[in-house]
Amino acid sequence: MARSTGKDAQALFHSLRSAYAATPTTLKIIDLYVGFAVFTALIQVVYMAIVGSFPFNSFLSGVLSCVGTAVLAVCLRIQVNKDNKEFKDLPPERAFADFVLCNLVLHLVIMNFLG
Amino acid sequence: MARSPLRFLVLILAISICHAAGIFHPISDSHRSAALDLFKPVDGSFASLEEAYEALRTFEVLGIEKTAELSKAICKSVLGTLESSSSTPKDLFHALGVNGILKCSSKEETFEGIISSLQAVVRDANSLLDFYYSIGSLRLIKDQTSKTDLHLSDAEGTFRSIKALSQSDGRWRYSSNNPESSTFAAGIALEALSGVVSLASSEIDQFMIGAVKNDIVKLFDSIEKYDDGTFYFDEKLVNMREQQGPLATTSSVVRGLTAFSSVITESLNLPGDKILGIAKFFLGIGIPGDTKNFFDQVDLLACLENNRVSIPLILSLPSTVISLTKKDSLKVKVNTVLGSHAPPLTVTLVRAFSSSARDNSIIENQELKFDPQDAVYFLDDLPASFDVGEYIFVFKMLVQDSEQQTVYATGTLTQVPIYVTGLIKIENAKIAVLDSDLGSVETQKKLDLAGESTVSVSANHLQKLRLSFQMSTPLGNAFKPHQAFLRLRHETKVEHTFVVGSSGKKFEITLDFLGLVEKFFYLSGRYDIQLTVGDAVMENSLLREIGYVELDLPEPPENASRPPPQPVDPYTRYGPKAEITHIFRAPEKRPPEELSLAFLVLTILPLFGFIIGLLRLGVNLKNFPTSAVPATFAVIFHLGIAAVLLLYVLFWLKLDLFTTLKTLCFLGVFLMVVGHRTLSHLASASAKLKSA
Repeated sequence: MARSTGKDAQALFHSLRSAYAATPTTLKIIDLYVGFAVFTALIQVVYMAIVGSFPFNSFLSGVLSCVGTAVLAVCLRIQVNKDNKEFKDLPPERAFADFVLCNLVLHLVIMNFLG
Repeated sequence: MARSPLRFLVLILAISICHAAGIFHPISDSHRSAALDLFKPVDGSFASLEEAYEALRTFEVLGIEKTAELSKAICKSVLGTLESSSSTPKDLFHALGVNGILKCSSKEETFEGIISSLQAVVRDANSLLDFYYSIGSLRLIKDQTSKTDLHLSDAEGTFRSIKALSQSDGRWRYSSNNPESSTFAAGIALEALSGVVSLASSEIDQFMIGAVKNDIVKLFDSIEKYDDGTFYFDEKLVNMREQQGPLATTSSVVRGLTAFSSVITESLNLPGDKILGIAKFFLGIGIPGDTKNFFDQVDLLACLENNRVSIPLILSLPSTVISLTKKDSLKVKVNTVLGSHAPPLTVTLVRAFSSSARDNSIIENQELKFDPQDAVYFLDDLPASFDVGEYIFVFKMLVQDSEQQTVYATGTLTQVPIYVTGLIKIENAKIAVLDSDLGSVETQKKLDLAGESTVSVSANHLQKLRLSFQMSTPLGNAFKPHQAFLRLRHETKVEHTFVVGSSGKKFEITLDFLGLVEKFFYLSGRYDIQLTVGDAVMENSLLREIGYVELDLPEPPENASRPPPQPVDPYTRYGPKAEITHIFRAPEKRPPEELSLAFLVLTILPLFGFIIGLLRLGVNLKNFPTSAVPATFAVIFHLGIAAVLLLYVLFWLKLDLFTTLKTLCFLGVFLMVVGHRTLSHLASASAKLKSA
């Protein structure tokens, strides 16, 4: 049972990786960006867990900056993905412009909150 | 402590002397220094010749030297006025007045042109001021040159036209078409008339002069009077264009009066009392703060100093306090108004009486001796019957030379308040604690009020405290001081003051503590006892701590009133304040620096991971526009984003929200335009690719 599960898992991972290899590079870049943002947020959370949340607004703005930009990146990915029929008519350039604008607004607020 | 009673005494003396009116002192050095302060030339000269004349005349009367530079500067403007053909008679009058003092020019040719024009003014004049200035100028020229042909062509007619302006009550009108009459104008008219008389080639009709003398007598009927025997003239008009005060009015009248009396042969026969009263009025005003008033005062006193009507003599006392312990003698000075010596006089102390008992004269008709060295009249020994107290001395002056008696105005009697001070005997001072019910003495201690010793007693609320002493004057009479207070002061600075009552020589106060416990706020403990005995004529006034009483009072009941908060010592208000210690919030615990730096590096690591990931994916910039214009826009777009991010960093570091938002508005609009261009170019490129 255990072996078969291991094998199944291996097969699953394998198929997943091959399927992912077919993903367009642009989407991979966005995935990478999302991963980078989430990791940065995680490191800050770990820091807070070790040290304490003293400058709490700084901590919040650091984490929310990362999480926010990750969410925006995910939104961008949804809009850019060609398989998504819903956003078929939306050009990727327009989606990127939205992403840039939202990021600028987000970071204005973050900077204000940073203290 | 020892100085306090003395200061106290001096203060009381000063206050009581200030209230005593009726002593007038002649002009002294304080007037001279005040004159120098008041008449200060601006930029080496005075604003006008009128002011210059007032200053120079004041200096001349007071005997103050004027500097050569000042004289030179003023002379320059005097000569300018005299030589100018457009000078009015008023300008000429003041210029000639200054010239009379400074002797700027005595050349006859300087005056030639002026004389004829002034004589023409006199002929055509119809207002009093025209007469006054032109005749006054001519008279000044006559005094300053040796010209003998300086006559008024129609002196009699001029005299008549001036006299025609006079009123029935002795006052004058300024001109024939001005119905209002003025006392000030009367003085001016008299001065002008005296000028006419002195400039006349022939004798003026005696009838006319008699009429003017009559006017003067009537004018003196309208003189006004204060209770202290001073007289003055005042303008009765209300709606005059130039209202003159009593100083200027009186000064004008006296100036005219003395000028007129000096040109007529017979005397004016005016009451000497009124002349003396005017002199006292002007001495009584002290030192005026205004140049005009100062000049009026000094000029009037100078006129009175040497006149043909009557010369006032002023009786003054160097000191109105006579100490019995120092055996002071009574000294009296008699001077003229400007402070020069009077002729030989007989000064008599007519009467001296206590201000409380006016009917009992202590001295009568005692003649004062003369000390030629100090020029004072003195009375060697006061009679032994003089006790301490306030007295009123009445003096009488009489000029010894009977022919000169009419020349001087001595007044009938002069009243002067005098303080006779001395040491008051304080005896039998005792402090005792009595039993409340029986009144028997429990403890009794003697007090030495003159010395420094202190006593201490103790009492409770069922007992009484009695303080008693006897006071008597050097002659053994009863003495009642202005102030006799007993003051108890608790350690907490709560004070209670009691008046020490008296019957005859004996002073006694009994404090029944049973009735006072509430007033004392049930405060037990040590009370300092302070005794105050003070009077203006008491040389040994005292204010001292005589000891303390240890009071044992019952506990306060629940609803007893609390002692009022004591007033803060005013001096502590200016001392250093207590230091303020601020309480800050304790700083939060911070992690070690190494840990924070390590995590800073850790947060950067995902960025490296991101870049490495990008490299492994084989990201390229092939899609970047290659042609010049879109490439420029693309570069500017990226720079714009960088600029916005940089602005955010600056916002974090130092800028405020408003500056940031304003800058962001411009950057945002710019970024939108550029971004739109770049991205639409990319979109169209990819669309072409697709369609191809």
